[in-house]
Amino acid sequence: MRLHPTPPIPAGEITPEAVYRDRRRLLAALGALPALGLSGCGEAAPPPSRVVVTPEQARSGFRTSEELTREADATSYNNFYEFGTAKDDPATAAKTLRTTPWTVAVGGHCAKPGKVSLEDLLKGLPPQERIYRMRCVEGWSMVIPWLGVPLGDVLKRFQPTSKAKYVAFTSLADPRQMPGVRVPTLDWPYREGLRIDEAMHPLTLLATGLYGKPLPQQNGAPLRLVVPWKYGFKGIKSIVAITFVESMPKTAWNMAQPSEYGFYSNVNPAVDHPRWSQKTERRIAGSASKLFAERIPTLPFNGYAGQVASLYAGMDLKKWF
Amino acid sequence: MTPHKLQVAKTVVHLAALAPLALLLWQMWAVAKTGSNALGADPVAEIEHRLGLWALRFLVLALAVTPLRQLTGWAVLVRFRRMLGLYAFAYATLHLVAYVGLDLRGYWTQLFEDIAKRPYITVGFLAWLLLVPLAVTSTTGWIRRLGRNWARLHTLVYAIGVLAVLHFWWLVKSDIREPALYAGLVALLLGWRIWKRWQPRTFPSARA
Repeated sequence: MRLHPTPPIPAGEITPEAVYRDRRRLLAALGALPALGLSGCGEAAPPPSRVVVTPEQARSGFRTSEELTREADATSYNNFYEFGTAKDDPATAAKTLRTTPWTVAVGGHCAKPGKVSLEDLLKGLPPQERIYRMRCVEGWSMVIPWLGVPLGDVLKRFQPTSKAKYVAFTSLADPRQMPGVRVPTLDWPYREGLRIDEAMHPLTLLATGLYGKPLPQQNGAPLRLVVPWKYGFKGIKSIVAITFVESMPKTAWNMAQPSEYGFYSNVNPAVDHPRWSQKTERRIAGSASKLFAERIPTLPFNGYAGQVASLYAGMDLKKWF
Repeated sequence: MTPHKLQVAKTVVHLAALAPLALLLWQMWAVAKTGSNALGADPVAEIEHRLGLWALRFLVLALAVTPLRQLTGWAVLVRFRRMLGLYAFAYATLHLVAYVGLDLRGYWTQLFEDIAKRPYITVGFLAWLLLVPLAVTSTTGWIRRLGRNWARLHTLVYAIGVLAVLHFWWLVKSDIREPALYAGLVALLLGWRIWKRWQPRTFPSARA
Protein backbone atom coordinates (compact mmCIF):
# COMPACT_ATOMS: atom_id res chain seq x y z
CA MET A 1 0.00 0.00 0.00
CA ARG A 2 1.28 3.43 -0.90
CA LEU A 3 0.35 7.01 -0.50
CA HIS A 4 0.22 8.89 -3.76
CA PRO A 5 3.75 8.92 -5.10
CA THR A 6 4.49 12.63 -5.62
CA PRO A 7 6.07 13.59 -3.34
CA PRO A 8 6.68 10.65 -1.04
CA ILE A 9 6.39 11.16 2.71
CA PRO A 10 9.92 11.45 3.97
CA ALA A 11 10.89 8.64 6.30
CA GLY A 12 7.35 8.44 7.63
CA GLU A 13 7.14 4.70 7.51
CA ILE A 14 10.15 4.13 9.68
CA THR A 15 9.55 6.66 12.42
CA PRO A 16 8.93 4.97 15.76
CA GLU A 17 5.96 6.33 17.66
CA ALA A 18 8.09 7.66 20.53
CA VAL A 19 10.30 9.61 18.17
CA TYR A 20 7.20 10.73 16.37
CA ARG A 21 5.76 12.12 19.59
CA ASP A 22 8.98 13.96 20.37
CA ARG A 23 8.97 15.48 16.94
CA ARG A 24 5.40 16.62 17.48
CA ARG A 25 6.41 18.34 20.67
CA LEU A 26 9.26 20.09 18.87
CA LEU A 27 6.99 21.24 16.09
CA ALA A 28 4.46 22.48 18.58
CA ALA A 29 7.20 24.44 20.32
CA LEU A 30 8.19 26.07 17.05
CA GLY A 31 4.73 27.51 16.82
CA ALA A 32 2.41 27.84 13.89
CA LEU A 33 3.88 26.83 10.58
CA PRO A 34 3.69 29.10 7.56
CA ALA A 35 0.75 28.85 5.21
CA LEU A 36 0.16 25.33 3.92
CA GLY A 37 -1.43 25.25 0.51
CA LEU A 38 -4.30 27.47 1.48
CA SER A 39 -4.30 29.59 -1.65
CA GLY A 40 -7.71 29.66 -3.21
CA CYS A 41 -9.74 28.56 -0.24
CA GLY A 42 -11.36 31.98 -0.24
CA GLU A 43 -12.86 31.20 -3.64
CA ALA A 44 -14.84 28.32 -2.18
CA ALA A 45 -17.96 27.89 -4.30
CA PRO A 46 -21.59 28.38 -3.22
CA PRO A 47 -23.08 29.73 -1.06
CA PRO A 48 -20.90 32.66 -2.13
CA SER A 49 -22.33 35.21 0.28
CA ARG A 50 -20.83 33.52 3.33
CA VAL A 51 -17.51 34.60 4.73
CA VAL A 52 -16.05 31.25 5.62
CA VAL A 53 -12.78 31.59 7.44
CA THR A 54 -9.52 33.48 7.06
CA PRO A 55 -6.36 31.46 6.44
CA GLU A 56 -5.10 32.42 9.90
CA GLN A 57 -8.28 31.23 11.57
CA ALA A 58 -8.14 27.99 9.64
CA ARG A 59 -4.52 27.34 10.52
CA SER A 60 -5.24 27.71 14.20
CA GLY A 61 -7.37 24.58 13.87
CA PHE A 62 -4.76 22.53 12.02
CA ARG A 63 -3.12 21.23 15.15
CA THR A 64 -3.69 20.93 18.85
CA SER A 65 -1.38 20.61 21.80
CA GLU A 66 -3.66 18.01 23.41
CA GLU A 67 -2.20 14.61 24.17
CA LEU A 68 -2.30 12.27 21.17
CA THR A 69 -4.15 8.99 21.10
CA ARG A 70 -1.80 6.01 20.88
CA GLU A 71 -1.37 4.75 17.35
CA ALA A 72 -2.20 1.24 18.63
CA ASP A 73 -5.54 2.51 19.95
CA ALA A 74 -6.45 4.55 16.88
CA THR A 75 -5.78 1.53 14.67
CA SER A 76 -7.52 -1.13 16.79
CA TYR A 77 -10.72 0.64 17.87
CA ASN A 78 -12.63 1.35 14.70
CA ASN A 79 -16.20 1.69 13.57
CA PHE A 80 -16.00 0.30 10.06
CA TYR A 81 -19.12 -1.87 9.82
CA GLU A 82 -18.09 -3.18 6.40
CA PHE A 83 -15.67 -5.35 8.39
CA GLY A 84 -17.91 -6.14 11.36
CA THR A 85 -19.63 -4.17 14.09
CA ALA A 86 -17.25 -4.91 16.98
CA LYS A 87 -14.63 -2.22 17.52
CA ASP A 88 -11.77 -4.68 17.08
CA ASP A 89 -13.24 -6.42 14.01
CA PRO A 90 -11.83 -4.07 11.33
CA ALA A 91 -8.24 -4.34 12.62
CA THR A 92 -8.25 -8.03 11.74
CA ALA A 93 -10.92 -8.41 9.07
CA ALA A 94 -9.87 -5.40 6.98
CA LYS A 95 -6.58 -7.06 6.04
CA THR A 96 -8.43 -8.50 3.04
CA LEU A 97 -9.09 -5.05 1.58
CA ARG A 98 -7.02 -4.44 -1.56
CA THR A 99 -6.19 -0.76 -1.92
CA THR A 100 -4.07 -0.84 -5.07
CA PRO A 101 -5.08 -0.12 -7.71
CA TRP A 102 -7.77 2.28 -6.50
CA THR A 103 -9.96 4.49 -8.61
CA VAL A 104 -12.44 7.15 -7.63
CA ALA A 105 -15.39 8.09 -9.84
CA VAL A 106 -15.99 11.82 -9.69
CA GLY A 107 -19.16 13.04 -11.34
CA GLY A 108 -22.36 15.01 -11.12
CA HIS A 109 -22.52 18.76 -11.54
CA CYS A 110 -18.96 19.51 -12.62
CA ALA A 111 -17.18 20.48 -15.81
CA LYS A 112 -14.58 17.73 -15.72
CA PRO A 113 -16.08 14.49 -14.43
CA GLY A 114 -14.10 11.31 -14.69
CA LYS A 115 -12.89 8.08 -13.23
CA VAL A 116 -9.42 8.74 -11.91
CA SER A 117 -6.77 6.72 -10.21
CA LEU A 118 -5.89 7.64 -6.67
CA GLU A 119 -2.48 8.82 -7.90
CA ASP A 120 -4.04 11.19 -10.43
CA LEU A 121 -6.63 12.40 -7.95
CA LEU A 122 -3.94 13.61 -5.58
CA LYS A 123 -1.21 14.49 -8.08
CA GLY A 124 0.71 17.62 -7.17
CA LEU A 125 -0.95 17.99 -3.79
CA PRO A 126 1.62 17.39 -1.06
CA PRO A 127 0.21 15.62 1.98
CA GLN A 128 -0.24 17.91 4.96
CA GLU A 129 -0.33 16.93 8.56
CA ARG A 130 -3.35 17.83 10.66
CA ILE A 131 -3.77 16.94 14.30
CA TYR A 132 -7.50 16.78 14.85
CA ARG A 133 -9.79 15.81 17.67
CA MET A 134 -12.21 13.09 16.62
CA ARG A 135 -15.47 12.87 18.55
CA CYS A 136 -17.53 9.72 18.05
CA VAL A 137 -21.30 9.98 18.33
CA GLU A 138 -21.06 7.14 20.88
CA GLY A 139 -19.42 9.45 23.42
CA TRP A 140 -15.68 8.84 23.13
CA SER A 141 -12.98 10.86 21.43
CA MET A 142 -9.40 10.63 20.18
CA VAL A 143 -6.67 13.02 19.02
CA ILE A 144 -5.18 11.81 15.74
CA PRO A 145 -2.37 13.12 13.53
CA TRP A 146 -3.67 12.69 9.99
CA LEU A 147 -1.94 13.08 6.66
CA GLY A 148 -3.98 14.26 3.75
CA VAL A 149 -4.94 17.00 1.39
CA PRO A 150 -7.67 19.59 1.74
CA LEU A 151 -10.77 18.14 0.10
CA GLY A 152 -11.46 21.52 -1.53
CA ASP A 153 -8.17 21.42 -3.45
CA VAL A 154 -9.17 18.07 -4.92
CA LEU A 155 -12.75 19.04 -5.69
CA LYS A 156 -11.74 22.22 -7.52
CA ARG A 157 -9.90 20.14 -10.14
CA PHE A 158 -13.24 18.84 -11.36
CA GLN A 159 -14.69 22.36 -11.64
CA PRO A 160 -18.02 22.03 -9.85
CA THR A 161 -20.78 24.10 -11.43
CA SER A 162 -23.19 26.41 -9.64
CA LYS A 163 -25.61 23.48 -9.35
CA ALA A 164 -23.17 21.67 -7.09
CA LYS A 165 -24.77 22.54 -3.75
CA TYR A 166 -23.69 19.35 -2.02
CA VAL A 167 -21.04 16.67 -2.37
CA ALA A 168 -22.01 13.01 -1.97
CA PHE A 169 -19.47 10.30 -1.09
CA THR A 170 -19.71 6.55 -1.49
CA SER A 171 -17.61 3.82 0.11
CA LEU A 172 -16.55 0.60 -1.49
CA ALA A 173 -19.08 -2.15 -0.77
CA ASP A 174 -17.54 -5.38 -1.98
CA PRO A 175 -18.91 -8.42 -0.17
CA ARG A 176 -15.90 -10.48 -1.24
CA GLN A 177 -13.45 -8.16 0.47
CA MET A 178 -15.75 -6.86 3.18
CA PRO A 179 -17.46 -9.55 5.26
CA GLY A 180 -19.64 -6.99 7.07
CA VAL A 181 -21.33 -6.01 3.80
CA ARG A 182 -22.92 -9.47 3.68
CA VAL A 183 -24.93 -8.46 6.77
CA PRO A 184 -27.58 -5.73 6.45
CA THR A 185 -26.44 -3.72 9.49
CA LEU A 186 -26.67 -0.64 7.25
CA ASP A 187 -28.05 -0.06 3.77
CA TRP A 188 -24.84 -0.60 1.78
CA PRO A 189 -22.89 1.04 0.32
CA TYR A 190 -22.01 3.47 3.10
CA ARG A 191 -22.90 6.98 1.98
CA GLU A 192 -22.05 10.38 3.34
CA GLY A 193 -22.40 13.96 2.24
CA LEU A 194 -21.38 17.53 2.91
CA ARG A 195 -22.74 20.88 1.89
CA ILE A 196 -20.39 22.36 -0.71
CA ASP A 197 -19.14 25.09 1.64
CA GLU A 198 -18.38 22.45 4.28
CA ALA A 199 -16.57 20.39 1.66
CA MET A 200 -14.50 23.40 0.58
CA HIS A 201 -13.65 24.42 4.14
CA PRO A 202 -9.89 24.33 4.77
CA LEU A 203 -10.32 22.05 7.80
CA THR A 204 -12.01 19.34 5.72
CA LEU A 205 -9.41 16.75 4.89
CA LEU A 206 -9.17 13.92 2.42
CA ALA A 207 -6.91 11.70 4.48
CA THR A 208 -4.37 9.23 3.13
CA GLY A 209 -2.39 8.54 6.27
CA LEU A 210 -2.03 8.81 10.00
CA TYR A 211 0.91 8.93 12.40
CA GLY A 212 3.20 9.65 9.46
CA LYS A 213 2.27 6.38 7.75
CA PRO A 214 -0.11 5.33 5.00
CA LEU A 215 -3.66 4.83 6.21
CA PRO A 216 -4.18 1.27 7.51
CA GLN A 217 -7.14 -0.56 5.98
CA GLN A 218 -9.16 -0.45 9.20
CA ASN A 219 -8.94 3.34 9.25
CA GLY A 220 -10.38 3.66 5.75
CA ALA A 221 -7.53 3.09 3.33
CA PRO A 222 -6.63 4.33 0.90
CA LEU A 223 -8.76 7.46 1.06
CA ARG A 224 -11.16 8.73 3.70
CA LEU A 225 -12.85 11.89 4.77
CA VAL A 226 -12.02 13.71 8.02
CA VAL A 227 -14.35 16.50 9.12
CA PRO A 228 -13.15 17.32 12.61
CA TRP A 229 -16.13 19.41 13.74
CA LYS A 230 -18.61 16.63 12.93
CA TYR A 231 -19.25 13.29 14.59
CA GLY A 232 -16.86 10.60 13.44
CA PHE A 233 -19.34 8.70 11.28
CA LYS A 234 -19.30 11.60 8.79
CA GLY A 235 -15.71 10.56 8.03
CA ILE A 236 -16.58 8.08 5.30
CA LYS A 237 -13.90 5.46 4.62
CA SER A 238 -12.47 3.80 1.51
CA ILE A 239 -14.10 6.29 -0.85
CA VAL A 240 -14.81 5.12 -4.41
CA ALA A 241 -17.17 7.83 -5.62
CA ILE A 242 -17.53 11.58 -5.18
CA THR A 243 -20.58 13.22 -6.77
CA PHE A 244 -21.57 16.88 -6.98
CA VAL A 245 -25.31 17.07 -6.42
CA GLU A 246 -27.94 19.78 -6.22
CA SER A 247 -30.01 18.49 -3.31
CA MET A 248 -29.07 17.07 0.09
CA PRO A 249 -27.73 13.56 -0.50
CA LYS A 250 -28.80 10.48 1.43
CA THR A 251 -26.41 9.40 4.15
CA ALA A 252 -26.06 5.90 5.62
CA TRP A 253 -26.78 6.60 9.28
CA ASN A 254 -29.53 9.07 8.52
CA MET A 255 -31.21 6.42 6.37
CA ALA A 256 -30.88 3.90 9.19
CA GLN A 257 -32.20 6.14 11.98
CA PRO A 258 -33.31 9.61 10.78
CA SER A 259 -34.38 10.75 14.24
CA GLU A 260 -30.92 10.03 15.66
CA TYR A 261 -28.43 10.96 12.94
CA GLY A 262 -28.96 14.18 11.03
CA PHE A 263 -27.31 15.20 7.78
CA TYR A 264 -25.19 17.85 9.46
CA SER A 265 -24.21 15.92 12.61
CA ASN A 266 -22.08 18.74 13.91
CA VAL A 267 -20.67 17.95 17.34
CA ASN A 268 -23.02 19.74 19.70
CA PRO A 269 -23.21 19.21 23.48
CA ALA A 270 -26.54 21.07 23.51
CA VAL A 271 -28.23 18.50 21.27
CA ASP A 272 -28.32 15.06 22.85
CA HIS A 273 -28.54 11.89 20.87
CA PRO A 274 -32.11 10.75 21.54
CA ARG A 275 -30.75 7.81 23.51
CA TRP A 276 -27.76 9.29 25.30
CA SER A 277 -26.20 12.56 26.42
CA GLN A 278 -23.63 14.35 24.26
CA LYS A 279 -22.53 16.78 26.97
CA THR A 280 -19.30 14.99 27.83
CA GLU A 281 -16.94 12.46 26.28
CA ARG A 282 -14.37 9.86 27.27
CA ARG A 283 -11.01 10.94 25.88
CA ILE A 284 -8.94 8.01 24.67
CA ALA A 285 -5.45 9.48 24.68
CA GLY A 286 -2.04 9.10 26.23
CA SER A 287 0.96 6.88 25.76
CA ALA A 288 -0.56 3.96 27.70
CA SER A 289 -4.01 2.45 28.19
CA LYS A 290 -5.80 4.19 31.00
CA LEU A 291 -8.17 2.24 33.16
CA PHE A 292 -9.91 5.48 33.97
CA ALA A 293 -10.22 7.42 30.75
CA GLU A 294 -10.62 11.10 31.38
CA ARG A 295 -14.16 12.41 30.99
CA ILE A 296 -14.16 15.90 29.57
CA PRO A 297 -16.85 18.35 28.45
CA THR A 298 -17.75 18.18 24.77
CA LEU A 299 -17.30 21.49 22.99
CA PRO A 300 -19.58 23.01 20.33
CA PHE A 301 -18.30 22.01 16.88
CA ASN A 302 -15.80 19.81 18.73
CA GLY A 303 -13.76 22.90 19.64
CA TYR A 304 -13.64 24.21 16.05
CA ALA A 305 -16.39 26.81 16.48
CA GLY A 306 -13.87 29.59 15.70
CA GLN A 307 -13.26 28.04 12.30
CA VAL A 308 -16.68 26.73 11.30
CA ALA A 309 -19.51 28.32 13.29
CA SER A 310 -19.96 30.99 10.60
CA LEU A 311 -20.96 28.26 8.13
CA TYR A 312 -24.15 27.81 10.12
CA ALA A 313 -24.98 31.42 10.93
CA GLY A 314 -28.71 31.81 11.26
CA MET A 315 -29.41 28.06 11.29
CA ASP A 316 -31.32 26.45 14.12
CA LEU A 317 -28.82 23.74 15.08
CA LYS A 318 -31.42 21.90 17.15
CA LYS A 319 -33.49 21.48 14.02
CA TRP A 320 -30.57 20.87 11.67
CA PHE A 321 -28.75 18.47 13.97
CA MET B 1 -27.53 -36.37 44.42
CA THR B 2 -25.78 -36.91 47.74
CA PRO B 3 -25.15 -33.83 49.92
CA HIS B 4 -21.45 -34.22 49.23
CA LYS B 5 -21.87 -34.34 45.48
CA LEU B 6 -24.19 -31.34 45.63
CA GLN B 7 -21.55 -29.43 47.57
CA VAL B 8 -18.92 -30.26 44.98
CA ALA B 9 -21.25 -29.26 42.15
CA LYS B 10 -22.06 -25.97 43.86
CA THR B 11 -18.39 -25.21 44.33
CA VAL B 12 -17.79 -25.82 40.63
CA VAL B 13 -20.63 -23.47 39.73
CA HIS B 14 -19.30 -20.80 42.12
CA LEU B 15 -15.84 -21.02 40.55
CA ALA B 16 -17.27 -20.87 37.05
CA ALA B 17 -19.43 -17.88 37.98
CA LEU B 18 -16.53 -16.00 39.52
CA ALA B 19 -14.12 -16.75 36.67
CA PRO B 20 -15.30 -13.90 34.40
CA LEU B 21 -14.93 -11.46 37.28
CA ALA B 22 -11.49 -12.78 38.16
CA LEU B 23 -10.38 -12.46 34.53
CA LEU B 24 -11.73 -8.92 34.36
CA LEU B 25 -10.03 -7.87 37.59
CA TRP B 26 -6.77 -9.38 36.41
CA GLN B 27 -7.03 -7.48 33.11
CA MET B 28 -7.89 -4.26 34.94
CA TRP B 29 -4.84 -4.72 37.11
CA ALA B 30 -2.70 -5.28 34.01
CA VAL B 31 -4.02 -2.11 32.38
CA ALA B 32 -3.54 -0.03 35.51
CA LYS B 33 -0.09 -1.42 36.16
CA THR B 34 1.44 -1.63 32.71
CA GLY B 35 -0.90 0.31 30.43
CA SER B 36 -1.40 -2.89 28.47
CA ASN B 37 -4.01 -3.38 25.80
CA ALA B 38 -5.77 -6.13 27.77
CA LEU B 39 -9.09 -4.28 27.70
CA GLY B 40 -8.73 -2.58 24.33
CA ALA B 41 -8.57 1.12 23.58
CA ASP B 42 -11.56 2.02 25.74
CA PRO B 43 -11.27 -0.07 28.93
CA VAL B 44 -14.22 1.61 30.65
CA ALA B 45 -16.59 0.66 27.84
CA GLU B 46 -15.25 -2.89 27.82
CA ILE B 47 -15.63 -3.28 31.60
CA GLU B 48 -19.19 -1.94 31.55
CA HIS B 49 -20.19 -4.07 28.61
CA ARG B 50 -18.72 -7.27 29.96
CA LEU B 51 -20.25 -6.89 33.43
CA GLY B 52 -23.64 -6.16 31.91
CA LEU B 53 -23.39 -9.11 29.59
CA TRP B 54 -22.59 -11.50 32.47
CA ALA B 55 -25.49 -10.11 34.51
CA LEU B 56 -27.79 -10.90 31.58
CA ARG B 57 -26.28 -14.36 31.11
CA PHE B 58 -26.83 -15.31 34.74
CA LEU B 59 -30.35 -13.96 34.56
CA VAL B 60 -31.04 -16.18 31.55
CA LEU B 61 -29.47 -19.15 33.37
CA ALA B 62 -31.64 -18.53 36.45
CA LEU B 63 -34.71 -18.32 34.22
CA ALA B 64 -33.69 -21.56 32.52
CA VAL B 65 -33.69 -23.61 35.74
CA THR B 66 -37.43 -24.30 35.93
CA PRO B 67 -37.92 -25.23 32.25
CA LEU B 68 -34.83 -27.47 32.36
CA ARG B 69 -36.06 -29.13 35.54
CA GLN B 70 -39.44 -29.77 33.93
CA LEU B 71 -37.87 -31.09 30.75
CA THR B 72 -35.28 -33.33 32.36
CA GLY B 73 -37.02 -34.20 35.60
CA TRP B 74 -33.83 -33.33 37.53
CA ALA B 75 -35.32 -31.81 40.66
CA VAL B 76 -31.82 -31.01 41.95
CA LEU B 77 -31.45 -28.18 39.43
CA VAL B 78 -33.57 -25.94 41.63
CA ARG B 79 -30.81 -26.03 44.22
CA PHE B 80 -28.70 -23.87 41.88
CA ARG B 81 -31.35 -21.28 41.12
CA ARG B 82 -30.67 -18.97 44.06
CA MET B 83 -26.95 -18.70 43.40
CA LEU B 84 -27.49 -18.04 39.69
CA GLY B 85 -29.94 -15.28 40.54
CA LEU B 86 -27.57 -13.78 43.09
CA TYR B 87 -24.73 -13.80 40.57
CA ALA B 88 -27.01 -11.97 38.13
CA PHE B 89 -27.61 -9.38 40.86
CA ALA B 90 -23.91 -9.16 41.73
CA TYR B 91 -22.82 -8.60 38.11
CA ALA B 92 -25.67 -6.13 37.55
CA THR B 93 -24.58 -4.20 40.64
CA LEU B 94 -20.95 -4.10 39.46
CA HIS B 95 -22.21 -3.02 36.02
CA LEU B 96 -24.02 -0.08 37.64
CA VAL B 97 -21.05 0.73 39.88
CA ALA B 98 -18.75 0.75 36.84
CA TYR B 99 -21.09 3.09 34.99
CA VAL B 100 -21.17 5.58 37.84
CA GLY B 101 -17.69 5.13 39.28
CA LEU B 102 -15.55 4.47 36.20
CA ASP B 103 -17.48 6.07 33.37
CA LEU B 104 -19.41 9.09 34.67
CA ARG B 105 -16.94 9.73 37.51
CA GLY B 106 -16.92 13.51 38.16
CA TYR B 107 -20.16 13.76 36.22
CA TRP B 108 -21.94 11.12 38.32
CA THR B 109 -24.94 13.37 38.90
CA GLN B 110 -25.68 12.83 35.22
CA LEU B 111 -26.98 9.42 36.34
CA PHE B 112 -30.24 10.98 37.55
CA GLU B 113 -30.74 12.78 34.25
CA ASP B 114 -29.92 9.56 32.42
CA ILE B 115 -32.46 7.57 34.44
CA ALA B 116 -35.13 10.20 33.82
CA LYS B 117 -34.40 10.92 30.16
CA ARG B 118 -32.76 7.93 28.53
CA PRO B 119 -35.19 5.03 28.11
CA TYR B 120 -32.44 2.41 27.85
CA ILE B 121 -30.98 3.58 31.15
CA THR B 122 -34.44 3.90 32.71
CA VAL B 123 -35.25 0.25 31.99
CA GLY B 124 -31.75 -0.91 32.92
CA PHE B 125 -31.89 0.87 36.25
CA LEU B 126 -35.41 -0.44 36.86
CA ALA B 127 -34.23 -3.99 36.19
CA TRP B 128 -31.47 -3.57 38.77
CA LEU B 129 -33.85 -1.94 41.26
CA LEU B 130 -36.30 -4.84 40.98
CA LEU B 131 -33.47 -7.30 41.54
CA VAL B 132 -32.75 -5.74 44.95
CA PRO B 133 -35.83 -7.08 46.79
CA LEU B 134 -35.32 -10.47 45.15
CA ALA B 135 -31.71 -10.62 46.36
CA VAL B 136 -32.71 -9.46 49.86
CA THR B 137 -35.49 -12.05 50.17
CA SER B 138 -33.39 -14.87 48.78
CA THR B 139 -32.41 -16.16 52.22
CA THR B 140 -34.04 -19.23 53.74
CA GLY B 141 -35.40 -17.09 56.56
CA TRP B 142 -37.19 -14.74 54.15
CA ILE B 143 -38.51 -17.63 52.10
CA ARG B 144 -40.10 -19.06 55.28
CA ARG B 145 -41.42 -15.70 56.47
CA LEU B 146 -43.01 -14.73 53.16
CA GLY B 147 -44.60 -18.11 52.55
CA ARG B 148 -46.77 -18.10 49.41
CA ASN B 149 -45.98 -14.41 48.86
CA TRP B 150 -42.34 -15.30 48.26
CA ALA B 151 -43.16 -17.03 44.98
CA ARG B 152 -45.46 -14.17 44.04
CA LEU B 153 -42.73 -11.60 44.71
CA HIS B 154 -40.18 -13.58 42.75
CA THR B 155 -42.31 -13.61 39.61
CA LEU B 156 -40.77 -10.13 39.23
CA VAL B 157 -37.85 -11.91 37.61
CA TYR B 158 -39.94 -12.29 34.44
CA ALA B 159 -40.30 -8.50 34.21
CA ILE B 160 -36.59 -8.11 34.98
CA GLY B 161 -35.72 -10.43 32.11
CA VAL B 162 -37.76 -8.32 29.69
CA LEU B 163 -36.32 -5.03 31.02
CA ALA B 164 -32.74 -6.31 30.84
CA VAL B 165 -33.19 -7.33 27.21
CA LEU B 166 -34.76 -3.96 26.37
CA HIS B 167 -31.81 -2.23 28.04
CA PHE B 168 -29.41 -4.09 25.76
CA TRP B 169 -31.56 -3.74 22.64
CA TRP B 170 -32.07 0.00 22.99
CA LEU B 171 -28.42 0.84 23.42
CA VAL B 172 -27.10 -0.76 20.24
CA LYS B 173 -26.81 1.47 17.18
CA SER B 174 -27.74 -0.83 14.36
CA ASP B 175 -26.46 -4.38 14.78
CA ILE B 176 -29.20 -5.98 16.87
CA ARG B 177 -28.00 -9.56 16.45
CA GLU B 178 -26.54 -9.97 19.94
CA PRO B 179 -29.44 -8.42 21.90
CA ALA B 180 -31.81 -10.35 19.61
CA LEU B 181 -30.15 -13.58 20.72
CA TYR B 182 -30.84 -12.80 24.38
CA ALA B 183 -34.33 -11.55 23.56
CA GLY B 184 -34.97 -14.89 21.87
CA LEU B 185 -33.71 -16.84 24.87
CA VAL B 186 -35.80 -14.83 27.34
CA ALA B 187 -38.85 -15.12 25.06
CA LEU B 188 -38.31 -18.87 24.87
CA LEU B 189 -37.99 -19.26 28.64
CA LEU B 190 -41.01 -17.08 29.41
CA GLY B 191 -42.97 -18.60 26.54
CA TRP B 192 -42.33 -22.06 27.97
CA ARG B 193 -43.98 -21.02 31.23
CA ILE B 194 -47.03 -19.61 29.44
CA TRP B 195 -47.30 -22.74 27.36
CA LYS B 196 -47.08 -24.91 30.50
CA ARG B 197 -49.90 -22.97 32.13
CA TRP B 198 -52.16 -23.69 29.18
CA GLN B 199 -51.45 -27.40 29.28
CA PRO B 200 -54.25 -29.60 30.68
CA ARG B 201 -53.31 -30.54 34.22
CA THR B 202 -55.00 -33.93 34.21
CA PHE B 203 -51.82 -36.00 34.50
CA PRO B 204 -49.32 -33.80 36.27
CA SER B 205 -47.12 -36.73 37.28
CA ALA B 206 -46.70 -37.87 33.67
CA ARG B 207 -44.33 -34.99 33.01
CA ALA B 208 -42.16 -35.31 36.05
